[in-house]
Amino acid sequence: MDGIHDMGGMDGFGKVEPEPNEPVFHAAWEGRCLALNRAMGYTGIWTIDETRAGIEELPPDIYLTSSYYKKWALRLENLVVERGLAGADEVKAGHALRPGQSLKRKLSAADVPNTLTRGSYGRSAPAPARFKIGDRVRTRNIHPQTHTRLPRYARGRTGVIEALRGCHVYPDTVAVGHGENPQWLYTVLFDGRELWGDDTAPALKISIEAFEPYLEPLVIPAERSESRNP
Amino acid sequence: MVHSHDHDDHHHEHGSELSEMQLRVRALETVLAEKGYFDPAAIDALVEAYETKVGPHIGAKVVAKAWSDPAFRKALLEDASKAVIGCGVVNRVGDHLIAVENTPQQHNMIVCTLCSCYPWEMLGLPPVWYKSAPYRARAVKDPHGVLADFGVTLPKDTAIRVWDSTAETRFIVLPMRPSGTEGWSEDKLAALVTRDSMIGTGLPKQAKEVA
Repeated sequence: MDGIHDMGGMDGFGKVEPEPNEPVFHAAWEGRCLALNRAMGYTGIWTIDETRAGIEELPPDIYLTSSYYKKWALRLENLVVERGLAGADEVKAGHALRPGQSLKRKLSAADVPNTLTRGSYGRSAPAPARFKIGDRVRTRNIHPQTHTRLPRYARGRTGVIEALRGCHVYPDTVAVGHGENPQWLYTVLFDGRELWGDDTAPALKISIEAFEPYLEPLVIPAERSESRNP
Repeated sequence: MVHSHDHDDHHHEHGSELSEMQLRVRALETVLAEKGYFDPAAIDALVEAYETKVGPHIGAKVVAKAWSDPAFRKALLEDASKAVIGCGVVNRVGDHLIAVENTPQQHNMIVCTLCSCYPWEMLGLPPVWYKSAPYRARAVKDPHGVLADFGVTLPKDTAIRVWDSTAETRFIVLPMRPSGTEGWSEDKLAALVTRDSMIGTGLPKQAKEVA
């Protein structure tokens, strides 16, 4: 969705403000919130893509004015109610009023060290990769209402395939419950001027990680007519 | 550590975001624990792990090893997930870790414009600024300006390359080894490696700063 989360290239947010000797958490509830999100993710009831979509669906004013972990807390409240894991009345009361659902997995303290390792999103390839290193591609000009990982600033732009990263779970379908639908993943490199115009610092390069459905081959019209009339 | 934070929180005014959030998160934790969705002790263990186990000291050891061992450097740049598992710094690391090397010609910077993707296993949890709107908005468009916010100026001939972490691949910058560190041990080299130098918003410390 063309949401407020898609921030690449926006102006007006001001300077980046590094914090010297920043603590891991700025309040105890932030750590509890992170841990709750991890523990509920471990049950397997939702995917990382569905949780990202849950943040993106927060209203823009809430998104911009809430701290990072507050967004995680609001998202978790929404998800547990949507999935029927707890009622809104229970969340409000701060106590369970009914028994819980039976879920696939339950995190124990002993399992916590294992959860610190990231899962794998690589999958076997259903088809050969459409592009190879060095191919010129154009990103598609798509504006789905649902979750996508193609940022707005890089839509409809010309770039070069720099690397193949294997075949991965496709966030755009996972996030809407349509399955993993594995797709080839590429690093696509853009010239800064292609994205931001001629005033951009010379020699600036930007890359995105792009799933194959985001890309189409760049066909130069002269080449097309030659191939049709050899 | 957790309990001292908790205690401090009580001194904030009622109605502030902090106390409101403390109550909200506690309510959520209580409901979900009473439903039996996790072992309540797992929450304590997770908080402790993120506060004490993971952090940029892990990435710093990997960088120091790459500076010291050319074969490891080569393996790291070819397949960082594979190289890191075998190097004795961590026992396990997830897939899709990618190390990108700074050179006199190219300085790399990592961002996630869409959310907050970050190499947790190498650097721990991301700092607030990494997840903030100013960084996510500007890193891909005006990285020189972002570096200026960090007090970093690059040589004129160094081009910037920005990596937007838009998928499950995770990036870590391999910064350039500072001069005057010939013959240093990996432990001593690791003390030069700052978190920001592995994100690309900083440079390693100079030899004289830790010598």
